[in-house]
Amino acid sequence: MRQGSTSQNRGLSDKVRKSKAAPEIQKNPFEVKINRKKFDVLGRKSKHDVGLPGVSRSRAIQKRKETLLKEFRAKDKNNKFIDRRFGEYDQKITPEEKILQRFTLERQRTQDRKDMYNLNEEEELTHYGQSLAEMEKMTDVIDSDSDSEEKGLLSAELTATHFGGGGGLLRKKSAGDEDEEHKPKSRQELIEELIIKSKQEKRERQTQKEEAQELTEKLDQEWKSIQNLLAHKTPKAERKDETDKPKVLKHLRPNTEAVSEQGGEKEDDDGDEEGGEKEDDDGDEEGGEKEDDDGDEEGGEKEDDDGDEEGGEKEDDDGDEEGGEKEDDDDAEGEEEDEEGGEDADDEDADDDHCDLQSDEGSEDEDAEGAEEEQVCAEGPPAVIEEQKKAAQEAAKAELPYTFTAPESYSDLKALLQDHGSDQQCLILDRTLKCHHPSLAAGNKAKLQKLFGFLLEYVGDLATQNPPDLRTVSALIPQICGLCQMFPEAACKAVQTLLSDSGHSMEETLEVKGRAPMPDLDMLVLLKITALLFPSSDFRHPVTTPAFLYISQALTRCVVLSLEDVCKGLILCCLALEFVSLSRRFFPELLNFLLGLLHLTVSDKLCVSEILLHLIKPNELLVFYNNKHAWPVISSLLHLLCLCFRLSLIDSCLDLVKRCTSLYKDLPSFAHIFQPIRTLLLQHLPVEGYPAPIQDLHSEILDAIPEQPSQHAPLVFKKKKPIPLKLFTPKIVQILDYGKKRGNTKEEKEHERLKHKYKREFKGALREIRKDTRFLARENVYFSSFSSSE
Amino acid sequence: MAPSADSNVKEENSQISYKKDINTKIGRILQNKKHANDIFDVIQYLQSEKDKEIIFATDACKRIFCQLFDRGDLYVGDLPQEEDLMSGDRSALDKCRIFMRHRYNNCVELLLENIGHEAFQVKVSESNMMVYLFLSCTQTLVEHLLSTKEDMSLLISRFQEFLEMDDVRYYVMSSVRDNIYRVMGRNKKAVIPVYQNNVYTLLSTINVPSHGSKITNFLVKQACKFEHKRAFEQMWLLFLKFKLPSSMYKKILVILHESIMPQMSDPTLLIDFLSAAYDIGGAISLLALNGLFILIHKHNLDYPDFYKKLYSLLDPSIFHVKYRARFFHLVNIFLSSTHLPAYLVAAFVKRFARLSLTAPPTALLILLPFICNLIRRHPSCRVLIHRPSSPCDDPYVMEEEDPAQCHALESSLWEIKTLQKHYHPDVAKAALKINEPLTEQEEDISEMLELSTFELMERELKAERKTIPLEFDTATELLKSPREVLGVHFSLE
Repeated sequence: MRQGSTSQNRGLSDKVRKSKAAPEIQKNPFEVKINRKKFDVLGRKSKHDVGLPGVSRSRAIQKRKETLLKEFRAKDKNNKFIDRRFGEYDQKITPEEKILQRFTLERQRTQDRKDMYNLNEEEELTHYGQSLAEMEKMTDVIDSDSDSEEKGLLSAELTATHFGGGGGLLRKKSAGDEDEEHKPKSRQELIEELIIKSKQEKRERQTQKEEAQELTEKLDQEWKSIQNLLAHKTPKAERKDETDKPKVLKHLRPNTEAVSEQGGEKEDDDGDEEGGEKEDDDGDEEGGEKEDDDGDEEGGEKEDDDGDEEGGEKEDDDGDEEGGEKEDDDDAEGEEEDEEGGEDADDEDADDDHCDLQSDEGSEDEDAEGAEEEQVCAEGPPAVIEEQKKAAQEAAKAELPYTFTAPESYSDLKALLQDHGSDQQCLILDRTLKCHHPSLAAGNKAKLQKLFGFLLEYVGDLATQNPPDLRTVSALIPQICGLCQMFPEAACKAVQTLLSDSGHSMEETLEVKGRAPMPDLDMLVLLKITALLFPSSDFRHPVTTPAFLYISQALTRCVVLSLEDVCKGLILCCLALEFVSLSRRFFPELLNFLLGLLHLTVSDKLCVSEILLHLIKPNELLVFYNNKHAWPVISSLLHLLCLCFRLSLIDSCLDLVKRCTSLYKDLPSFAHIFQPIRTLLLQHLPVEGYPAPIQDLHSEILDAIPEQPSQHAPLVFKKKKPIPLKLFTPKIVQILDYGKKRGNTKEEKEHERLKHKYKREFKGALREIRKDTRFLARENVYFSSFSSSE
Repeated sequence: MAPSADSNVKEENSQISYKKDINTKIGRILQNKKHANDIFDVIQYLQSEKDKEIIFATDACKRIFCQLFDRGDLYVGDLPQEEDLMSGDRSALDKCRIFMRHRYNNCVELLLENIGHEAFQVKVSESNMMVYLFLSCTQTLVEHLLSTKEDMSLLISRFQEFLEMDDVRYYVMSSVRDNIYRVMGRNKKAVIPVYQNNVYTLLSTINVPSHGSKITNFLVKQACKFEHKRAFEQMWLLFLKFKLPSSMYKKILVILHESIMPQMSDPTLLIDFLSAAYDIGGAISLLALNGLFILIHKHNLDYPDFYKKLYSLLDPSIFHVKYRARFFHLVNIFLSSTHLPAYLVAAFVKRFARLSLTAPPTALLILLPFICNLIRRHPSCRVLIHRPSSPCDDPYVMEEEDPAQCHALESSLWEIKTLQKHYHPDVAKAALKINEPLTEQEEDISEMLELSTFELMERELKAERKTIPLEFDTATELLKSPREVLGVHFSLE
């Protein structure tokens, strides 16, 4: 502040000096004040050896007059009139010029607005918005009228032409003198055009979609025909109910196209199964797509609606429009009903939610499309239709209130969500989040933070219940994600506690029993969610690093006793691979486990015993058949399913190995890491019995792993800068502050320096303020004495 | 005892009858020698069908014979045959004593029978082992305890308190020795798990006091001097001489260095057992290391090819066994000498490095500092992490059993380089240390030895973090992420 003011002062002082002839002042001994120095310091230049107190005082006073005094005078006088007409205060412009400028400005202003639809370049001269040419014509008529003295007949046109009218009457311009195309369209036409356009668009979209659907169907059929030839697929989820398969498998259905040759006998069945399944899948996928589409459509439709409503409803008499709108709605809703059945209510809710946003957009569009509409829109809305709509909406979502109390405990949350469909659960959560947004009330933050923990618990419950409701879990992910983004710390804590609890219990069972079962589905889901919420590629992360360790513990210490365990293990492997896929970090346990699983597929145990089998202790043959030479006798459907399932597991396992090979191929010890897997695959795996895709996979993996380890340069230390020799040149340190030196460290010194500076500034400011008040008082006295003398 | 019995009287009529009966009989026998014949009735109760009666009768016998012994009413010395009793010219008092001694023998027989009684309740509730001890001789007692058919660990643990007494212990030890010799001889040195388990349980409870001078704790006052250590040693050596099941090996080896070796007068005698165990391989070898170490270290044992064998012990399983901490502790000690040849240390280092490719993070956190320490101790091994030369194949031969032949010194630790990409930050950091010349100071691995995965996890969880980074892409579905692997193989249903 001070420095700034000095620079200004300097400018001022220049003026003062100029006005008083600077050298004169400096020579005048009455003006000069010499600051005596105690010592002469060699090489130091002093700026302040000569001062000019008079000059600087006058300078200060001058400055105060310009700033402070003005402010003081203007104090308590807020309003004043400013003439904003062009050039009003400009002295330099002559009055004629001023008038001319003003006129052109006015012309420009009016022109801009009215000629929007007037495409012909000819400039029309108007009077009260009516073309003068026309008026001239009319005058004749009027004259004749006046001649005939029929004064009682005042047609609307006549009055209009006579008494003018604003821009609103522009459309009354007679049709004869200009082309139809250039003429601005009437409001009705515009609206009709709009409707037609939107309908056309909709139709186009629909046809596109239909085409896409047809294409996919065609593709599916082709695929089916191919598949029937090739293969049968992994058993369908429903069929596994009949088998004694573990529940997890039922619900995490292997998706791979494992193929086996001996499926020939059962081809028909399998074909059907697959068809069904495929269709299911398609359905799902399309559902997904359509949901997206819906989103778009809703947006578009909504815009239309808004436009229509605001336009159409305001003109009650436009029956056509109403009809059109209805149709649109029907179309749209018809689609929705096809796709989503009874979820209209929700959709409408969603619409409502978006309503605010979209109405804005809608109005913007309107601005662009029809300026006229705006003008009319200002009239009162017809309340009847609105009410009807509202009633319908309310009826539709009678069961879901808008506000929810934030759950205080886990049971609260459960009670809140339990009896609803997954979409509704999302909705409930969404509303709860909105109601309790931290910006709304003080305690909301804590409530929502707690909610995250409950939500995780709920997800865990959903995963552990029988049958697990993983679709709902998947549907809840956006909410969980949102909460996590809002409160990273709370989310981190919640996930950490779950991880550590589970890890602890596993450790305990390990200590007591010596071995632990594979983690349950809820933990697997939690790990997956962890991967979704937190970055697994961070070098060290409070959540993902423990999650890594948890997976490692599960992969090294848990025993594989059944196919279910194999399946869980594979899920863990998938997760592990996801965790490291971006950072390409090395995960030895993953490879150990995969190797162990592959060992299970081998029937001759001699070769197996050599490596790493403590990991998977029960060395029983879990996977596929145990005799290379004879086909397994398919005794029952169940047996077949079991075999297929095993094949699909083998396929997944090999695929994971393949992914690992591509992931780790840059590691220096790549060959050594994969050597055991290579020997196993090459020498012991009964490949001949497997279907072709697995055989392909097998050969791909073998191709990826080199037989001989590649050459590497021996390790060397990183090159370091040589430590410089000690020199005898003095070390030069910048001295920040002369004078007293307090404090030892750099920080302390800096602190002291700043304190000192602050003190000086403070004193200076005080002095300035004191001078200001003195100045003002002086001015006051002067002013009052002046006014009293007047 | 009597008042408590009286209080129980009210419970049941039948109880009352037999308890009263026995109590009155005890009183009469002890009061007057005229009623000595009542002892037959008491002994009768020992053969009863009912457990409670047996227990009570056992107690009664104990009381009677204790009293008689204290009074000197039991005959001591060579016992004449009962049939000769009448013919001999002994005083009435003597006759009575001899009679009582015979009854005593009867009673002991019956009691030993009861030990083998099938109903376990009888065994346990025969709470006062004192009775047996007092009544029977140790030899037969031991024979019953070391049953070849049943697990007697519960009884043995009861018996433990008497082993505090020096004389009892001594006699038990010598009789155990005889017993083992006899039983194993009979079974032609085959493995008898139940029997050996019993023997082990009994033996492991025996503790010889450290100083012979302090042997004062006698059950019966005796003046003779015991050679406890010797008996102890002989007993164990005999036991270990025979073939054992592998679980037994582990059990013995776990306690060997703590509770057996220090109590032996000449631990070097264990060398046969230890080297046999060391040759078995696997976890047993790891455990045998400890005993061997003590022998080599303290008793000047020369074990040829020790390091070669140690080298061949290293396989991926060492990271997963329960005794990992103990093993690494010992290996650390074995390799701590700076006088080992460089090729040997290099071989160990390289082998550890190769094995580290399969190790869990807890093991790696031991292993990496350990490898660094080895290189620090043996500067000639520095070539393993610093050798400026052209690229080459890895000359190290993993399959070679002999550390001298495996060309480790010509290799380089690419494995550690690989581990620099390990997912665990601490491991990656530890591996990064080889990028630069190692510091002089050795790292302490002792606190890492017992680290479990969960502890590692907890460390991570407890660390204070200022910010928690979140995933950049927000997720919309469970199985939809930019790097989806799970969704490829599994789908929701």
